[in-house]
Amino acid sequence: MQVEILTPAGQVFQGEADLVQLPGVDGLFEVLNNHAPMIAALAAGRIKLAKSGVESFYAVQAGFVEVLKNKVAILVEGAKAA
Amino acid sequence: MSGKLKEVRTRISSVTSTQQITKAMKVVSAAKLRKAQDAILRMRPYAVKMTSILANLAEATKGEVNIPQAEARPVRKVLIVAITSDRGLCGGFNANVIKQVRLLARTEYADQSIRGDLHIMPIGKKSADAFKRNDFPLILDFAGMFSGLSFEKSKEAADYLKTAFADGRYDRVVVVYNSFKNAATQILSVEQFLPISKFDDDKKGASTTQTEFIFEPDRETMVAELVPRILNTQFFRYLLDSNAAEHGARMTAMDKATDNAGELLKELKISYNRARQAAITTELTEIVSGAAALSEG
Repeated sequence: MQVEILTPAGQVFQGEADLVQLPGVDGLFEVLNNHAPMIAALAAGRIKLAKSGVESFYAVQAGFVEVLKNKVAILVEGAKAA
Repeated sequence: MSGKLKEVRTRISSVTSTQQITKAMKVVSAAKLRKAQDAILRMRPYAVKMTSILANLAEATKGEVNIPQAEARPVRKVLIVAITSDRGLCGGFNANVIKQVRLLARTEYADQSIRGDLHIMPIGKKSADAFKRNDFPLILDFAGMFSGLSFEKSKEAADYLKTAFADGRYDRVVVVYNSFKNAATQILSVEQFLPISKFDDDKKGASTTQTEFIFEPDRETMVAELVPRILNTQFFRYLLDSNAAEHGARMTAMDKATDNAGELLKELKISYNRARQAAITTELTEIVSGAAALSEG
């Protein structure tokens, strides 16, 4: 699935991933391929992206995620590769 | 005669150095403008996505959810946010904003102004300086926003406004700023920041896909989370817009100034040459008549 991380200062990440782990306001959750459409609020925390076993991390501030048609748009007020 | 020559020469050199300065300022503004435009372009995808999420959410909630930031109260206390630049030499850029704020204080918010319920939050040194001379109560905490503009700083100001509105310190928050159309055109804009007017109507068509979304945690929480963030983005956009408009305005003003200096130089050169020729003619006449006087004797 396509993942992008957007902040007001620009796009921080765009690319393919098999798994995205997100810091939801009620706790961590994961999004896999072909997830149902969802809009969720995110707390400040860490995002994990996994692509064929390779993991990368981003420290993010609070925001939202929209999952639609195998596209994951993560909107946060600030993000940094960690 | 040589006195006049010298005078004109001094003027020419002073105009030339002024022209060099305005030319340099124009080039600097052009570079800054490009950067400022970039910043707007970088923010746009975020803002667009945010709006489309809001549209989806609004579609799903259909006005069932109460939004405190959209609550319209009788307008007793008003705050005007006046966004200008830190520096001058950009034509009517700053003066227009200041004039507009004073106009609002005399017309639309005259009652509040007389009661002392009209407060002003200047952003940018120029508006801070201008309103210090008046008797409006000021909020100066965010006047220095443009030295190192960032989303974090903008958020602090937006948070302050949201809290003040929620506490009932203000019933309406209005923003006066220059919005950026293109390098040569700035549009003076007055926008209501709080309460949010028409929360979803103008945002329709963004992408109201008829999809059943899962909302996590729930719609009420989502609205409560989303609306303040939209406002943060909105406020940041005002600042970026004003910033780009400022550099555009300065570029145009400096371009005009360079042209004017060029014209002035042309005129000065003509009068310099005239004076020089007159001086030569006089000298020649003197020499010739001197020689004639000698040969006659």
